[in-house]
Amino acid sequence: MRPVFRLLSDELIERIISQARDILCDLGMEIHNDGVLSMLSDHGASVDSEKMHVYFTADIIDKALETAPDSVKLFDVMGRQTHDLTDHNVYFTPGSAAINILDPLSGEIRKPLTADYVEYAKLVSRLDNIASQSTAFIPSDVHEKISDSYRLFLSLLYCEKPVVTGAFTIDAFNVMKDLQLAVRGSADALKEKPLTIFSCCPTAPLKWSDVTSQNLVDCAKHFIPVEYISMPLSGFMAPVTLVGSLVQHTAETLSGVVLSQLTQPGTPIIYGGSPAAFDIRFETTPMGAVETQMMDCAYNEIGKYLNLPTQAYIALSDAKKLDAQAGLETSMGATLAALAGINNISGPGMLDFESCQSLEKLVVDNEICGMTLRLARGIEPKEDFPAIPIFEELLREKHLLIANHTRKHLRDEHYFPGRVIDRANSSRWEEEGSLTIGDRAKSEIARLQGEYEPSGLSGDILAEMTRLMRAEAARFGMARLPHEDL
Amino acid sequence: MELLEQISFNLQNGLDDVVAALTKDAIEKRIPPGEILSDGLIAGMSIVGEKFKNHDIFLPDVLLAARAMNGAMEMLKPLLIKEGIPIRGKVVIGSVKDDLHDIGKNLVAILIKGAGFEVIDLGNDVPAEKFISAAKEENAHVIGMSALLTTTMPVMKKVVDLAKDEGLYGKIRIIVGGAPVSKEYALEIGADAYSYDGANAVETVESFFPVNN
Repeated sequence: MRPVFRLLSDELIERIISQARDILCDLGMEIHNDGVLSMLSDHGASVDSEKMHVYFTADIIDKALETAPDSVKLFDVMGRQTHDLTDHNVYFTPGSAAINILDPLSGEIRKPLTADYVEYAKLVSRLDNIASQSTAFIPSDVHEKISDSYRLFLSLLYCEKPVVTGAFTIDAFNVMKDLQLAVRGSADALKEKPLTIFSCCPTAPLKWSDVTSQNLVDCAKHFIPVEYISMPLSGFMAPVTLVGSLVQHTAETLSGVVLSQLTQPGTPIIYGGSPAAFDIRFETTPMGAVETQMMDCAYNEIGKYLNLPTQAYIALSDAKKLDAQAGLETSMGATLAALAGINNISGPGMLDFESCQSLEKLVVDNEICGMTLRLARGIEPKEDFPAIPIFEELLREKHLLIANHTRKHLRDEHYFPGRVIDRANSSRWEEEGSLTIGDRAKSEIARLQGEYEPSGLSGDILAEMTRLMRAEAARFGMARLPHEDL
Repeated sequence: MELLEQISFNLQNGLDDVVAALTKDAIEKRIPPGEILSDGLIAGMSIVGEKFKNHDIFLPDVLLAARAMNGAMEMLKPLLIKEGIPIRGKVVIGSVKDDLHDIGKNLVAILIKGAGFEVIDLGNDVPAEKFISAAKEENAHVIGMSALLTTTMPVMKKVVDLAKDEGLYGKIRIIVGGAPVSKEYALEIGADAYSYDGANAVETVESFFPVNN
């Protein structure tokens, strides 16, 4: 039996959805995009163009929910399927779009550079429990207008895993789409085998900006999967109660579903989010707060109720270093997320309220992910009945270390973490240098980067991507891309 | 692949039948038994030990290799004795008196035997005198003792003291282990070494006998 954690009854889910629909229809939303407003108007929504305000109808919400697919598949750059985001399948992806990194050598928090991004992408390629890349942080050594497309470019260049990403401007979408077309070869091939997920964020409360709503529309036109990242802040930009915040999250997310599905019925979408408790003492949005994690798991239940794949920013920490708080908040989030069956779990590596990526934390979190993935598989009998034969063997042989049963099931039944998790006895631990988890993480990063194997993409595709990226950089006065000098 | 390399390779993969057949073949081809032992079997086991330490393989893989090693050793032993080639070393092992815990000791015994040493397992609840008399009778090179209880640890010191009385101390190596035992305790009672787990015990015993000995 796959263990499943639930917080909401079906009855409560229905009430939340019903109230969210009422909000969309009666209070409406602000959408700062004329094209989107006129599309909604064409489908029967009432639009106040001057106030950029739209009142949804029950009909368009129903229609959108009908055409939204219940699964999203992802494929790596080589075209191999890596994800089936549906049901209770879970996959981990690093937390994304940090503005800082924790320097693994000096321990200082600083702005990331291209070299850091390349190291990150190479590392992710070797982490078994991290199924996809995210564009995890923003290189500060390129023009800000290409900082979104350039990180996607680097990811596609150095790591084969699919990418969770997003555009910062309307313009940037074009080259980010073209890079994917270069990998796949054609628009049809990209539609057939999605390579990326674009995160698109409404603004709390109940607004879509010009950029994010246009990104949604552009993704839908090309069948590029999107995840909606609604961010109600309980007690600040959303009701203080978790149910109240969930109503807001549901309304904002449903509006995204409508925008995508009206643009392109059947386009792949993911019911995501990043709600947070608001800590009124520090004026911060703790991602490690248990209430934040509860909201994540709960809206995931609402998404599942609507038959949609889900995503959440959970399995991360507000700590500033790889310390005990980092471990406990990340583990709690990862465990709850895996048990709740959140399909795309974003967060590993992330510190400081989604603003600082740490490679050391990422290799540690990779083990947390491994353990929770094991947990999610639950307990199933495997040649355990009848039980007498194996016990006869045990009594006869005095141990089962080399029994066929052991050899057959050992690696599947037990997850063996890598070297960052200390399971040596104390004498061996001392003999090996009394290393802390931070020490072990550092050497693990070096070891894994040493095992890096370049992407299998053909030279032609790599050259075409580089041509596209150079042309984009040239638009902003950059004659050379920093990775070419590494 | 050369025959001895094949022995080493198949031993690493725990294929006892194949290792036995190849060893038989090597004997028939008149490859000196000492070479079969050092360049085939022990060479393979060294790689297994290294991989185990690096977590590339797990304990069951080591034990399977050990089983293959033991099978081949049964064939080689008479030839080694006939040619006067010293076996790799003989280890007398047991859990000390009043200690009925023998899981750790059994594992250590399997691994040491698997590394090509001859192991005389005295079982559990072994009195100090028995370790000494067995070591003398068997001309053992090493005495290995295990204790899980703090109350039974003093037997280890008694064995060291008896070895001194009998003039064995310094000639025979004494290695101790078990949950409450430590490196400090081993030094304090005058034992030669402490090992914290099975693989470490193999390394320690091997350090007493250089391969080219």
